[in-house]
Parts: sequence; C-alpha cells; structure tokens
Amino acid sequence: MKKTFDLIYGFITQTQLYKSVFRHGYPSTDANRALIMFSNVILHLHPVRIRRGALKIKFTWCLGGLTFFFFILLAVTGVFLMFYYVPDTRRAYQNIKDLGTVIYFGTLFRSLHRWAAHAMVLSVWLHMTRVFMTGSYKPPREFNWVVGVILLVCTLLLSWTGYLLPWDQLALWAVTVGSKMAEASPLLGNAGPFGAEIGMTVENDVAFALLGGTMVGQSTLLRFYVLHCLALPLVATLFMAVHFWRIRKDGFSGPL
Amino acid sequence: MESVETSVKTKDALASRIKKAATQNLGPEDTVLVWPNLVYIELVSMVFSLAILLFLAIVSPAPLEEMASADTTPNPTKAPWYFLGLQELLVFFDPWLAGVVLPSLIIVGLVVIPYIDTSPTGKGTYNFSDRKFAVFSFSFGLALWYLLIVIGVWFRGLDWSWYWPWDNPYLHRSATAVTLVDLEVLLQSALHLPETPLLTMGRYEPTAANLLTWGIFLAYYVVGLTIPFLFLRHFYRRFGFIRYNIMMFLFLSMMGVPLKIFLRLMANIKYILVTPWFKI
Repeated sequence: MKKTFDLIYGFITQTQLYKSVFRHGYPSTDANRALIMFSNVILHLHPVRIRRGALKIKFTWCLGGLTFFFFILLAVTGVFLMFYYVPDTRRAYQNIKDLGTVIYFGTLFRSLHRWAAHAMVLSVWLHMTRVFMTGSYKPPREFNWVVGVILLVCTLLLSWTGYLLPWDQLALWAVTVGSKMAEASPLLGNAGPFGAEIGMTVENDVAFALLGGTMVGQSTLLRFYVLHCLALPLVATLFMAVHFWRIRKDGFSGPL
Repeated sequence: MESVETSVKTKDALASRIKKAATQNLGPEDTVLVWPNLVYIELVSMVFSLAILLFLAIVSPAPLEEMASADTTPNPTKAPWYFLGLQELLVFFDPWLAGVVLPSLIIVGLVVIPYIDTSPTGKGTYNFSDRKFAVFSFSFGLALWYLLIVIGVWFRGLDWSWYWPWDNPYLHRSATAVTLVDLEVLLQSALHLPETPLLTMGRYEPTAANLLTWGIFLAYYVVGLTIPFLFLRHFYRRFGFIRYNIMMFLFLSMMGVPLKIFLRLMANIKYILVTPWFKI
C-alpha cells in the first residue's frame, strides 16, 4: 500500500504541472523548509531562520499576526456579505434582514464579520500595548511604530464606516454621534471654534464632506460603503505591506 | 576636523555593534527554522482564535435593530464601544475637545513616542524598572481610556445618566438639582471682582475674573513645564529642549483630562475658561 502511495506521490511530484506550481519538496528536510520560505509569497513574510527567543509566546502573544489574520477573515467574510448587499437606503436594511432569514450561512458570516471586527480593534490595541511595554518602538523601529499608528486609525475608521451599513437605528445614530463631533472641529466645522469666523456653514464644513449632506442619508451610506469596502482596505493593505516589510528588515526585538 | 573624527568614531562604534550583533544574536546555534517552529505557533493561534470567534458568532449573533429612522432618536444614543470613551468625555468637555482635539492629541502623542523616548534601555524585554516614567505615562493614558469605555458601555443609561447594573434601565433619573457654574463666576463672587469688562475685542469683552481664569489655565502649563525644568535637571537633560516641551505639553494635557473631570465632579465647575469662540 505504502509502495503504491509512494509511486503515485513520486509520479505527481515529477510532473511539469506540479513542478511549475511548487518549487520545493515536502518540507521535511532543512533544505526544503528553507526553500518553502523563499518560494511561497505568504510564507515569505517570514525569514528562513528566527532567533529562539522571538518564538516565545509570552513575548509577542501572537497579537500582530492575529490582527493580520482577523483582517484576512474580515476580507473573506466581507466579500461574501458584499454579494448580498446594495448600499441603497431603501434596500440595505432588507438585505441585512435577508442575510438572517433566507441566505444560507448569512447570519454566521455576518456575525463572524462583526466579531472579527471587534477582535481586530481589540487586538490592535493589545498589540500596541505589547510593543510599547517591550520597548519595541525604539531604534531602528521608530517609523514602523508610526506606520502602526496609521494602521490603528485605519482599523478604527474601517470599523466605524462598517457600523453604518446595516442601516438600522444602531447604525444611524452611532454615526450621527460621530458626525456631530466632526461639526465641532476647530476651524473645519460649522459649530467648532473659529469655524463660523472663517466661513464654515452646515453646507461646506468637514461634516458635510463626511456625510455628503447635512444629515446621515443616501450619500452617507454610499460614501461609507465605498470607504469601507474599497478605499480604507486599500490604504490599510498598503501600510500593512510597509509594516511587515519593515519587520522583515529589522527583525524581531525579542529576547535572546 | 572634529566632525571627521566623530564620524570615524561613530563608524567604529557601528562596526563593533554590528560585529557584536553578528556574533551574539545571530549565531546559527541561537536560531531555529521558521518552518515548522513559528509557522506551527501561528497556525495554532489562528485556529484557536477562529474557534473562539465562531463560538461567539453562534452564541451571540450580530444584532439588528429597527430600520434607521430620523424620526425616532434612541435614548441613550451610543457610539460603537471603541469610541464610547470619547463619548463619555462629552459629559465633561465640549464636542470640539472631546471629539476632535483630544483624539487628535492621542494620535499625535502615539506617533511621537519613539522620537521622545530615545533611550535604548528596555528594548526587546518587558523591563519596567528602567523606564518607569514612560511605562507610567502610557499605562495611565491606557487605564483612563479603558475606564471611560467601561463607564460608557455599562454605566450609562437613559439621558446618559449613571445607571448601576442593578438599577431599572427603563426608569428615567429625576433631574439633578446640581447647578454647574463656570470658574470665572466662582472667582468673581468669591473675590468680589468688578463685573464691567476691562477690554473690548469685538465680541470678546473679558472681565477681571475672565482674565484670571486665563491666568490659571496658562499657569497650569507654565508651572507644569517649569517645575521639572528647575528641580529635575537630569529629567530635563534626558529629553533636551524640544523633546521636553512637546512631551510635557502632551503629558500635562493628558493629566488635564482627569483634573477637569475631578473639578466637575467635586466642585461643580462647568468651564475653566470661557471665550465667545471656545470653552474649556
């Protein structure tokens, strides 16, 4: 039996098709374990070898990696949700209702998307706390900490824009609270310090730009939808690439 | 001549550091292969967290309230939980501060951390004893942030009043008899200051009491900046002029938040400083 299996395995791994896809053998030898790191784009985020100390779970608590995992999970569940969602104030709420009533696994995917979003916000905060407590922002990693702060802002904006999409009472009023704060921005908001003095009104201030109007409505929903599904994920991905690249170049700050 | 010497020195130091790093940290005996050692840990942590998320998603599905309607305002109106700390600050600060300036200062404060704290001690370890001030400042801000969120999520009910978990959440609190006063009003009556404006600058006609509140507000920063400068010289020297001023401004602003909350709760003070354009 084993002989037959080895024969089939040997045949498959010798074909042109297999060799064109996988440029390494099964990672059971050191050479293949190194090769898999070179030839796989996801694994290439890692170095081939790592210091023993950096492996300690009690050092990183896996928080950065988990944040990335939650992002991937959110992208996958988010794409699923996008198939069933139209950013139209007359349809959006019914679309979400359909997810819970007529679409197979609709509730599961929506709930998973929501919980992963909560988890991502929390894991970003905890990851930053860990990085601070281990002094990992110190030279040469200063700029990567700044990139991390940008990613924190992206995460919060992604969460906040997603909050509006179900178009229920929770969504509308949570976003209204936020837009009231935008109206009160110094200089840029009509109700903020020196806003009126430099000509800000309800129809040209930063809250108007954010909402696409003077109150949360159709334009807001479309804006938040585009920001949530396209613009912010792209920005986040760009900065994530820089973030991971820098970690790869600088290595872990971990103990020996 | 001097600069050349320094650069040679720096180069030497760098070379010896690289040599040290190469021999100590990156020796092959200290390293292990990422596959399977790290990849395995990552896989297990991903599977484990996915299991937790699936469990939560099944036990507590995403909520869906009634369809959005501009006609009915829910009471209380709550922002998402991660912004509830800022919403809680609205009790004590005007929206331009609670919702815009303070969060911006938090972001700026986070960004400048590595450029303020340039000391290399405690890199790559959980070392708190050699960086007490840094760890204290960060933990203080973090504790304040989480505390405000916990209050916003679990202790605020109808009309944003304080509700204990055992209180009836559907019963309105009777309006409190506490009247909040501005600091300048307190000072005016306590010190018998004249009520006539001293100056006229367009809409702004400050009285003696108002100018005094300006003095108190600015003195908070001036005194806060001066005391460590005069009496903690080694602390000041560690940062240098620019870093010290940026860091202390952010630190004092952070400390000002619980201070204002304290003044509101203990002395019923609404605003420290009142102008026609903004109130603090």
